[in-house]
Amino acid sequence: METKTIDTHHIPVRYFEGGKGQPLVYLHGAGGILAGDPILTKLAEKYHVHAPLLPGYGDSEECGELRDMLDIALHTSDVVDALGLKDPILVGHSMGGMIAAEMAALAPHDYSRLGLICPAGLWLDDHPIPDLFAMLPYEMPQYLFHDVEAGTKLMTAGVALDDPEWLKGFLVQNARQMGMAGKILFPIPDRGLSQRLYRVRAKTVLVWGDSDRLIPPAYAHAWKKAIKGAELVSIAEASHMVTLEKTDQVVAALAKLA
Amino acid sequence: MKFTWFNLMPWPYLPDDFREKHRSVWVDIDSRLFDPAKSHEVYNSHMDLLEYASTLGFDGIGVNEHHQNGYGIMPSPNIIAAGLARRTKDVGLVVLGNSIALYNPPVRVAEEFAMLDCISGGRLVAGFPVGTSMDTNYCYGQIPALTREKYAEAHDLIKRAWNEPDPFAFNGRYNKLRHVNIWPRPIQNPMPIHIPGGGSVETYDFCIDNTYSYSYLSFSGYIRAKALMQGYWDRVAARNAPDASPYRAGFAQTICVAETDEEAERLYSEHVSYFYNRCLHVYGGFADAPGYRTIKTIQTGALSQYAPPGEGGYSKLTWKDLVDGGHVIAGSPETVRQRMEELIKSLNVGNIFCLLHVGDMPKEKCMYSTKLFAEKVMPKLRNMFPDYADDNRFWCKPLAKRVTPGISTNEMSMAAAVGGKD
Repeated sequence: METKTIDTHHIPVRYFEGGKGQPLVYLHGAGGILAGDPILTKLAEKYHVHAPLLPGYGDSEECGELRDMLDIALHTSDVVDALGLKDPILVGHSMGGMIAAEMAALAPHDYSRLGLICPAGLWLDDHPIPDLFAMLPYEMPQYLFHDVEAGTKLMTAGVALDDPEWLKGFLVQNARQMGMAGKILFPIPDRGLSQRLYRVRAKTVLVWGDSDRLIPPAYAHAWKKAIKGAELVSIAEASHMVTLEKTDQVVAALAKLA
Repeated sequence: MKFTWFNLMPWPYLPDDFREKHRSVWVDIDSRLFDPAKSHEVYNSHMDLLEYASTLGFDGIGVNEHHQNGYGIMPSPNIIAAGLARRTKDVGLVVLGNSIALYNPPVRVAEEFAMLDCISGGRLVAGFPVGTSMDTNYCYGQIPALTREKYAEAHDLIKRAWNEPDPFAFNGRYNKLRHVNIWPRPIQNPMPIHIPGGGSVETYDFCIDNTYSYSYLSFSGYIRAKALMQGYWDRVAARNAPDASPYRAGFAQTICVAETDEEAERLYSEHVSYFYNRCLHVYGGFADAPGYRTIKTIQTGALSQYAPPGEGGYSKLTWKDLVDGGHVIAGSPETVRQRMEELIKSLNVGNIFCLLHVGDMPKEKCMYSTKLFAEKVMPKLRNMFPDYADDNRFWCKPLAKRVTPGISTNEMSMAAAVGGKD
């Protein structure tokens, strides 16, 4: 994966690019993504992958002009345009899935293939999503991973909570990234998408970890109902970070779109 | 010096095992711990204490706004202030303040503050906090990264609502109003404004640019506040403010006075412990929603004051630790005077918010401590800043002639006056 930058109307956008094949745009979740993420590496074996960072993520510039769902969805469409892509396979994980679905609802004729990996964006009163913004780092693995112990190891690698400089860096990164995510996810990750999903015309594949404890599988069924013809692929022994826990199976499920 | 007797209004019945059984005093505190019937007495005792302080020579009596909070049962400080406006005479009413980003539309604050100013005869000292992350984001659902922009807009709207004589249209990002024209209008113009802050650089600048007083409402005492307040004064100098008047700043300090140092410990240590161990037991996940503080502020290294000091936090601190560390200024009048003098000089603050009610302190003990402070400490601290004795920019300017609330004996005989039939 190469790290590149492209100009857009609002701000220069950092993105990772790699692989050959059909163009695919991958939108990351609230936790962000690194160039070496296994899901990108795996997808790049089959597709020409573009994974733009939302402003404020990684080392990319923040953008105060993006305040709400519409701003962010249109900005992400600007990114796709700037990359010179026409009707790429549009894939999003969690918050990225919410943005991808919004884009496909806003411009139903622009996107014909949509891959949604445990997307945020709906709210079911009977299945409240845990408050990601009120979680301490050590509480997160239980919501994000099927194998909590392995997930904890993954999340705490390189963590030095007792080093003030590390902590400052962490707090700054968290404020930049989750501050941005909060514009569409805080305090409840619902910005009215359920009223607009009827507009989506894309062939849609939903991918969900069976033991997702952040956005539980009840949501998978709500999404399936909301998007006409959507196909649901459930993955056993995986939670919200299904992209890390069962990378191959996620890629296989998305192959239905190719 | 301006001394304000400040009441947080803690709930006094948090159980002994509160820390162990409950994760937070704030946001998701167990509603079953609140007893409405008992609160009748709790509210009235707290208001009695505020009224009592007004008879002892304090310059102000102060209230503030918190939501879903076991140490501050005052979601609407304006309701308390309205009660106090009628029952007190000369004292400043310090409402510190209304979290203006939470009111929809914020002209509500312009109206209510104007009402308080009119009812009290110009005794209002107003505050515009951004609000803590717990209140603003977790309880009231404001998006963290947009809170400050919304706050700034609310501030501009309120100022214009007070100042513009004719109706105007306000096309804000968060407020669309076609006819802004509040009734009533405040007596004071300009209104003295205090801004509570927790170390954000933007708030320093906001105060300096608008001639507002910067208040640091900390619970960790004056020794730990030194670096933060120095940051403020450095900024005052760096931005070429016309002066460094100590009235440009305020500080909240927990204070307990008794006849002797030993008596202070005997009388107050349990209540101080209640406050630091139960009232400040805030779940870490609610301390600071990402995006609420600016990157610039985080980079200064200021941690949220709700991130408690050291391993185990406050629960490990003894009375001696808290007193020696300056979290609490406690002891005989002479001990307290010395330490208050140190506080005032080292922080260069002209406004002191005296936290003389602490935790679950009963009314009588609080009156005892308050009276000793008012009579034996406060008079000796009055003239700390003779050069700025005339600086009244940050304090209320009441009408010279004010009414006495209540029906007078003359009015009682109105029947006679109108040729009554009695």
